Amino acid sequence: MGRTAAIVAVGQTDHVARRLDVSIPEMVREAVDRCLGSKDLNPGQVDAVVVGNMELFEGINFPELWMASAIGAAGKPLFKLNNGGTVGASVAVAAAHLVASGLYDVVLGIAYEKQSEGETQSAITTVGDPAWERSVMAGAIGNFGVMASTYVAESGVTAEQAAKVAVKARRNACLNPHAHLKRPDITVEEVLASRMLAAPLRLLDMCPSSDGACAVVMATPDRAREMTPRPAWVVATETAHDTQFMGDSPKRLARMRSLIAASDSVYSKAGIVDPRAELDVAEIYEPASYAELAMYESLRFCDWGEGGALIDDGVTLMDGELPVNPSGGVLSTNPVGATALIRVAEAALQVMGEAGDHQIPGVETALATGYGGNAWSEAVIVKGSAP
Amino acid sequence: MSPTPPIDAALRLEYVADFEYSYAAGKFASRFMDALRTEARIQGTRCDVCDKVLVPPRPVCGLCSGRTVEWVDVGPSGVITGYTVVEVPFIDPMTGFERPIPYGFAFVRLDGADTNIYHFLEESRHDKISIGMRITAVFKPAPERDGTLADIIHFRAEEPAADE
Repeated sequence: MGRTAAIVAVGQTDHVARRLDVSIPEMVREAVDRCLGSKDLNPGQVDAVVVGNMELFEGINFPELWMASAIGAAGKPLFKLNNGGTVGASVAVAAAHLVASGLYDVVLGIAYEKQSEGETQSAITTVGDPAWERSVMAGAIGNFGVMASTYVAESGVTAEQAAKVAVKARRNACLNPHAHLKRPDITVEEVLASRMLAAPLRLLDMCPSSDGACAVVMATPDRAREMTPRPAWVVATETAHDTQFMGDSPKRLARMRSLIAASDSVYSKAGIVDPRAELDVAEIYEPASYAELAMYESLRFCDWGEGGALIDDGVTLMDGELPVNPSGGVLSTNPVGATALIRVAEAALQVMGEAGDHQIPGVETALATGYGGNAWSEAVIVKGSAP
Repeated sequence: MSPTPPIDAALRLEYVADFEYSYAAGKFASRFMDALRTEARIQGTRCDVCDKVLVPPRPVCGLCSGRTVEWVDVGPSGVITGYTVVEVPFIDPMTGFERPIPYGFAFVRLDGADTNIYHFLEESRHDKISIGMRITAVFKPAPERDGTLADIIHFRAEEPAADE
């Protein structure tokens, strides 16, 4: 980026399975209020808004219109994104680009999903071409089962190693007031005994289905410094696609091409040579326990086939060399449209020193990733000092 | 004006939609489905640049942007490159009903192809399925075929399971 953007404020709802008490605009408004309120900002200071979710999940069209007043966007430039699980990260990337391009000084990025109001698993199958893949798809879970099988075959990762990821996520979530699934007493044995959904994936290997929203304020360097003493500088962003069909990528999860492309690009832009040593924390989009281990490899936190060893050695635990998802991650909280923006927001909180009980001490450099059905990845690097 | 009384849960509004869609399958899918229906043939297209045979067939190779110029027969046998057994209830978007579980579900690399397709397996016992296992397409009888991917019922192991 020629110019720079920085995240100055972050807000989230308290994510749960069903928000019966609020409408979608009211839920989104909560996140916006918390975001602006955290730095005593007001909607009048926002020049433009970017909003994202997956409309088909809730069965709504033009959602940005019916929440325009609730989010303070009426009369302002308002951009909507709708690109699968990555949408939240795309909102952050787009907001950063709008600021860094010089078009706007302060941009509000919003992402949300109210999964309880629709048919997520069936809606997800519409990602497939009706002639080729839709007729045989099995929502996110069957697809992940197949992908996890390719990773197990490639790496030899065990069910116990995957279960350790599931345990880490739900225990970390206990330190995050916004997290959905909090299980302080969860054990590896409990994960291994949970109901089989689509082998090798058991119930506790998968992310939950959540209602929630997230908002971030992105600003130019001058405005950012006015708004907060320690903003999170967005030093590198990337988005990468794979080809259309699920079966085109031979190793799927075991070698996630779009994630390799996106992360290699941001490492290069940020001058990061050894991500495990140079990143202080990572907030990655891990929809299943096995996926987190596979992503360690594609993100070059370790060598190919070493993802399981990384969790065995405790490297990615809260007190490890490179903590991954101290927030509890997607395995604990998954309002799909918001999920990837939560990754960016949590990475920013870590850099700003505002992560509360799940703060990792002394974070200078953080990675966030977004994931869209294996075919689309985003990566964002935020830092504590201006580039 | 009296204050708004507190409520535990807001009003819920039910909405049941029955939308119908009709998609043009396109030239490549139409040709593929016609050969599947009339001759039980499975075909891909070969990329003129990288020489890979792509199934589903398509006009341009996604990896190298080369044009595909030739139709080639693939399968009907191949190998499993990834698999699961789905045990979670799931509404089939093609029918609106729950698909019977458990069922085997796999990536299939057809002989002669360089990419995989998703399809169902006859086998639904997880420990009887493995990556690298050879399988073959089971087609519907000709009069029942309607030119969809479901003209392949599922894929069956070339060698019966050890206990049979």
